[in-house]
Parts: sequence; structure tokens; C-alpha cells
Amino acid sequence: MFIWLRRVYQTVFFLLFLYLVIVTTAALIGGHPIDWFLGFDPLVAVSTALSAHTISSSLTWAIPLIVLTLVFGRFFCGWICPMGAMHHVLGWLGRRRRVRARMESNAPRGVYRFKYYLLIALLLAALFGSNQVGLLDPIAFTWRAFATVLVPAVDNISLGLYQGERHFHSNTLITALFVTALSLNMVISRLFCRLLCPLGALLGFLAKFSLFRLQKSPDVCKDCNVCGADCQGAADPQGTLRVSECMLCLNCQEGCQRGGIHYKFLPSPELTTDRLDLTRRHTITAVAAGLMAVPLLRTSDGVDPRPHPHRIRPPGSVPEHDFLERCVKCGACMKACPTGGLQPAWNEAGLEGLWTPILVPRIGYCEHDCTLCTQVCPTDAIMPLTDTEKVGQPPDKEPVRLGTAFFNRGRCLPWAMDTPCIVCEEVCPTSPKAIYYKLETVTARNGEERTLKRPFVDPDQCVGCGTCEKHCPVFDEAAVRVSSVGETRDIRNRIMLKGGRV
Amino acid sequence: MSKHDHAPALEYTRREAITKVATTSVAAGAAIGLGVWLTGRKAVGETELETIRDHRVQLPSGATQMVIARGPDATQNTRKAIEALGGMGVFVKRGERVLIKPNVGWNRLPNQAANSNPDVVAEVIRHVKAAGAVTVWVTDVSVNKAERCFARSGIGDAVRNAGAELVLPTDSRFRTVGVGGQLLRVAEVLWPFVEADKIINIPIVKQHGLSGATMAMKNWYGVVGGHRARMHQDIHRSIFELTTMMKPTLTIMDATRVLMANGPSGGSLDDVKAFNTIAAGIDEVALDAFGCSFLGLSASDLGYLTLGERAGLGTTNYRSLKLEEVSS
Repeated sequence: MFIWLRRVYQTVFFLLFLYLVIVTTAALIGGHPIDWFLGFDPLVAVSTALSAHTISSSLTWAIPLIVLTLVFGRFFCGWICPMGAMHHVLGWLGRRRRVRARMESNAPRGVYRFKYYLLIALLLAALFGSNQVGLLDPIAFTWRAFATVLVPAVDNISLGLYQGERHFHSNTLITALFVTALSLNMVISRLFCRLLCPLGALLGFLAKFSLFRLQKSPDVCKDCNVCGADCQGAADPQGTLRVSECMLCLNCQEGCQRGGIHYKFLPSPELTTDRLDLTRRHTITAVAAGLMAVPLLRTSDGVDPRPHPHRIRPPGSVPEHDFLERCVKCGACMKACPTGGLQPAWNEAGLEGLWTPILVPRIGYCEHDCTLCTQVCPTDAIMPLTDTEKVGQPPDKEPVRLGTAFFNRGRCLPWAMDTPCIVCEEVCPTSPKAIYYKLETVTARNGEERTLKRPFVDPDQCVGCGTCEKHCPVFDEAAVRVSSVGETRDIRNRIMLKGGRV
Repeated sequence: MSKHDHAPALEYTRREAITKVATTSVAAGAAIGLGVWLTGRKAVGETELETIRDHRVQLPSGATQMVIARGPDATQNTRKAIEALGGMGVFVKRGERVLIKPNVGWNRLPNQAANSNPDVVAEVIRHVKAAGAVTVWVTDVSVNKAERCFARSGIGDAVRNAGAELVLPTDSRFRTVGVGGQLLRVAEVLWPFVEADKIINIPIVKQHGLSGATMAMKNWYGVVGGHRARMHQDIHRSIFELTTMMKPTLTIMDATRVLMANGPSGGSLDDVKAFNTIAAGIDEVALDAFGCSFLGLSASDLGYLTLGERAGLGTTNYRSLKLEEVSS
């Protein structure tokens, strides 16, 4: 029956999602369309269109999904969404035994309107330049959890066989929220989808226009309500079907002993409803929250125009203002990064930039000839770069710079401890090397004369890749550290007058 | 008993069905149209930059090119200097919007000589208004908090009393312009510098630690916001290129009180010396060369004057100009 077809779809799409996450690594990435799931995510497309006034070519795939939803309803949630599939299975595991209890658990509740208010607030914040849908969008949410928690966890217990051991800055909250979202199924199945999912809310809104809907046959229906016992969307198939909540899971069709539920073109207007029943008061509150969110967030320090020095963005990133309009914090770039240095930001980019990618060179540096992160970004927050564009060809073509390295002479061995070292100079990947040394003869504490190679940074050569910081033998806090100043994408974030920008 | 037992009108009428299908089709069409239109619509990158216009005027042939006015009263000196140049009408036409740029860099009192003399600023405003200017803006990108600089320097009051408009440098009021220099390419400048028809520079003569002296050319540092401290990396070329960008109409240089040491901020009255002099003209290189004499410097000590002279911006030999000296 069709319910089995749905299960096949859910399984196939979930495995496809998992496959695309897993191949997002240097050895396997090949020509895989890593940005595919987020690319057809209508919420990401709508939100990015509002914030950046443009969408990347990957996001064009959202248009067919919008059109299909306008005609056929919210099938995405029940048939395609990989997070939906996980909720579905967990909801089934956590379901009540008694049919009557399930009917009650899966009955419509007024509180489920909350997701629409959340959607309104998120889209208004986007309109004012802060694209925050990625916090709750199920595809971005799942991508982030898989990229920074689940896959690394499996990899780390398998001795790093797949990608090498990975550790992520600030992923505790990512783990906690993902586990909570899934655990909610033990209370009420698909509670996340029904109550919080902003993508579900957007699709629910589009489903108001749908021409094909499930409808019961009043002539056979005895109002037993068994059809509603396993309804994923709490859409009330036995009463007046709530089209915006219906995920087309077809459990109602399966449940009805009399075969009384059919998917029909232009069904009875009395047996389905596309009302969202939003209240004026709550809508105004949501609008106000969305309007105020951006100005409130931007009162914090550590954001433009005085950014946190460790807000080091991946190569090819657009200027911060545009970056916050585009990045949905999916973590695909972090998953792709071969050194694991791309990390979800905690406070480095302000609350607004929570989980957006930053390079933490002590964890992993930016590989000189690598542009994997630029190939996987679904929203062009990181614009595609070729290796040649990234490395440049000094002095004719500038390389892409992420920041600049600085020595802390109080920790550096040749400077502070009269001890030879110069690992930083050895590993520096630019040519000529950005890190160079001067020979200096010093008298050590015991009176011995030593000639030392003391390192310096040439800011004209340094690209801020952090290879020196990663390899610095001063084990805990490196004696050479990169900060974002000098990054290509922001002509204001400069030290040197060279370049002529004041 | 269900409410639908009697199977009421459960079907759409033809009209309703057509409307329903049409609505969905319009929504789908709009989604496709918007989506295609938005795809790759906006690239990230710099847009073309505006530039600052040329504010200079041509003096009538034989006219006085530079004036030095000496006397106990700064207002009188200013008036005499303007008159010797042929009056403000030579520089400002009726209906023009004029910007006056004094040096208001510091939270200092007038007698500390860190900012231009407020009496000079007031007198210039009166002449500009009398010449028929429709708007007179006075502004500076101060180093200390601008509100306090304009208050303590007395220039805020002078501007208000003389009926001009004070423009304070708040973040949202800067515009990005192309400088067109060899060194400086892009600068954030306060909006009146882009909007004004004519610009009058009112510098004060002061000692300056890095560049040697702050006078007319160095006063253009106060046009720029952003990260202007970077210009210290090559101060002489920066000053020269900023002057080339500004192309001012007229310069009225205040040497009523001169800060001889610990500039440009000063603070001690011991460092201040009264010269009771106003110099005015259209050649900023010449005026600065003259200003050097108060500080015991020669024009060749200042790199920006050498650069300016070499580029034809003016002459350090101010005596070669048609010079008039007046006193009261």
C-alpha cells in the first residue's frame, strides 16, 4: 500500500542524507551535490531571499518543492525530511499502547500554532539582515548535529578510521538541543515538528493553497477516530482535516477499517480546512519580536564594527554583514574541512553568529591548497573558490587572506627562553615564507653565548592560515596566534595603510 | 451522530473550483518567478565610489593671492584678511552650500590653542552668510568626543550664534569616497564634504609630534573617519593626498595663539604663544610654509610640503605670490 511507499521514501531520503553527510570529506567528496538537501529547503530559500535579496543557485531547487507543496500539500515532512524520519521512528518507539491514549496524544492542540509565530519572527529578523532560521530548520539542525557531534562521535570511538579524530568547540549545546528535540517524541510524537519546526510552518502555510488533500468519506465514517490515533501532524482527519498540519503520512488511511479516507483533487470544503487560526495578539507579538531581535542582538560587543579577533572566517567568506544574511549554520563547511579547524562559533561572532564557522587554528589550520569548504556552502556565505584563486600569485594576484599571525614574545622559545625552535618558519606554507627569522646572539643566564633564530611575521606574505599556530610547540596557548585583522573579505579590518583604505 | 450525516453541499461549485485552482496557480507562478529573479541576483562586492568635487575658484588676474593680517583682535584680523582678498563674494556665490572646516580635534579651551579660534570661525560664518550662502555647515571629525570638543572649544556656541549648522560626526554620517591617490584609494568621509559646493579650511598653527606641524594641509586629516590612524604609517604622503582630494576654495589660517610644543593636543598654557596673526589665501602650501615660521621650522622640514610643491599643489616660496600684509 501507499504507506509502504512512504516508508521507502523516508528510508531512501534519510540514507541519502546520511550518505551526503558522510561523503563530505576530502577523500570521498568527489562531485557529490553536498548542498542538495539544504538547496531544496524552501525555508532557507525564503529566509535568504528576505535577508540577502538574492538566493544562491543551489537554492533554486527550493522552487519546485514550493510549487509541489502548493499543489499537493505538506508531503515533505512525512515523506522526505530526514529529521522527520528520525522523529517518526522515535515517535513510533515511544507511542502509547492503547489506541484511545494515542488518539488523545495525537489530537490537535492550540499550542501547535506556536511554530507559525516563530516563523513570523524568524522571517522578520531575516528581513532586517539576520538569517537565523538555521537554528531550528530541521535540515540545518540535522546537518549541524551530524557534522559536529554524531559522525565525529562514531569516528572517534572507531579510532578515527574515517576522518581522523574530531573535536568541536561549543558542540555541547548542539548535542543537548538535538537530543532534546528527538527525545520530545517520548512525550508526544513529532512534538518538534508540530510545535517548533519553522520549515513545517512555512510548508503548512503553503499547503493552505493545496488542491489535493486527504478527505474522509462522510457516508462510511462512523466517527470512531481510529484514523487519528497515529496522525503524525495531529491534523484531525476524523473531524475537519487541518491541511496545514497534515504531513500526508497516510496513517489515517491505513488506520481506517472502512477504507473511508482518500487523497482527492479539490476535496469537500467542509471536511478539510486551511485555517491556521492565528490570533491577532500573538501575531503582533511575533512581529514585534522579529522586529526587535536584530537591533537587540547588535547592541553586543564583539560584532561589527569592532569584531572579536578570533572571528576568523573560512576562505571565500563574504563580508560579515552579508555573511550573517546568508549563513544558516548547517556545518557542512566544518564537516568538509580536512583539518577539522572550522568550528561552530560560540561567542566569537556574537549571539547572532552562534554556530557560524570560524577557524580555530589550534584545532586545525587552513590547508594551503584546499577549498573544500567553499564548494559545499549551500547559501554562498562562502563563495566558491578555486585553489589558484585562493593561493593567488603574489605580487600580481593577491592570495585570499583569513587574518594575520602575531608572535607572543613572552611565550616564544627563542624570544623568551633563549632556546632554538623555529617550527613556525618551517611549516609556513607561503612562498616566500611569511615567517622569517633574524639571527641574534644573546648571552644566556649561565653566561653562555647563543646564536638564535628569532621569528618575525611579514604581513605582506601572511595569509592567516594558522599553520604556525597549529604546530607551535608551546603546547597549550601557542606563542604565535592568528587574529582576523588583514582578512581579504573586509577592507576595514586592516592594520597596514598599504591598500589605501582609511 | 455526525454533523455530516446528511451529506450537505460537499462539493465545490464550478466557480469556487476555478477560483481555487487559479489561486494556487498564481501562487505557484509567483514562487517560480520570484525564485528565478532572485537567483544570483546580487553579487557581493564594492559599488562604484563617489568622489569629492573640485571646490577651487579662479581669482581675477592681479588679485591678491595671500594676506597676512596682524593686530590684537582676531575678529578684525579675519575681516581684514577676507577684505584684502576681495571679499567673500569672490569665493562664495548666492545659493551655495558652504562647508567650514575648523580644527576642533580636542576637548580643550580656546586659550589652550589646540583648536581653531572660535572668533575667527564666527567671523568667517558671517561673511559666508552675507555672501548669500543658503546653508553653512561647520564640522570636524574630532579626536576626543566631538560633542565635548565643540562645546569646550567655544566653536559650538560660535556656530550657533552666527547662525550656521553644526554637523557632528556620528557613525552613520560617513560616506565612502574614492581618494584617487597613489597611496590612499578609499576613505570614509563625513557627508558634508561630499555635498558642499564650497569648502573653507580654518586651520590653527600647532606643533605636531609625528608630522612636525599641523596647519592647513594637515587639517584635512579631520575629514576622514574610519581607521584613519593608519595614515600615521605614511603621514606626509597621506596629508598630501588628502589635500589633493579636497581642493578647497579658501583657507583662513589662525595663528592668534600658537601651540609651540606638546602638540597637537597640548594642555599647558606654558606651551602657548600669542602671535595675533591671521593668514589667508588659496595656496595651502604657501600658507603652511608661512606657518612654519611661527614654529621655528622651515618648509623643507615638512615632507608633505615638499610632496605638495613637487606635485604643483602650490609654492613654499609664499613671497613669490601677490602677497598683502595688513595690520590693525
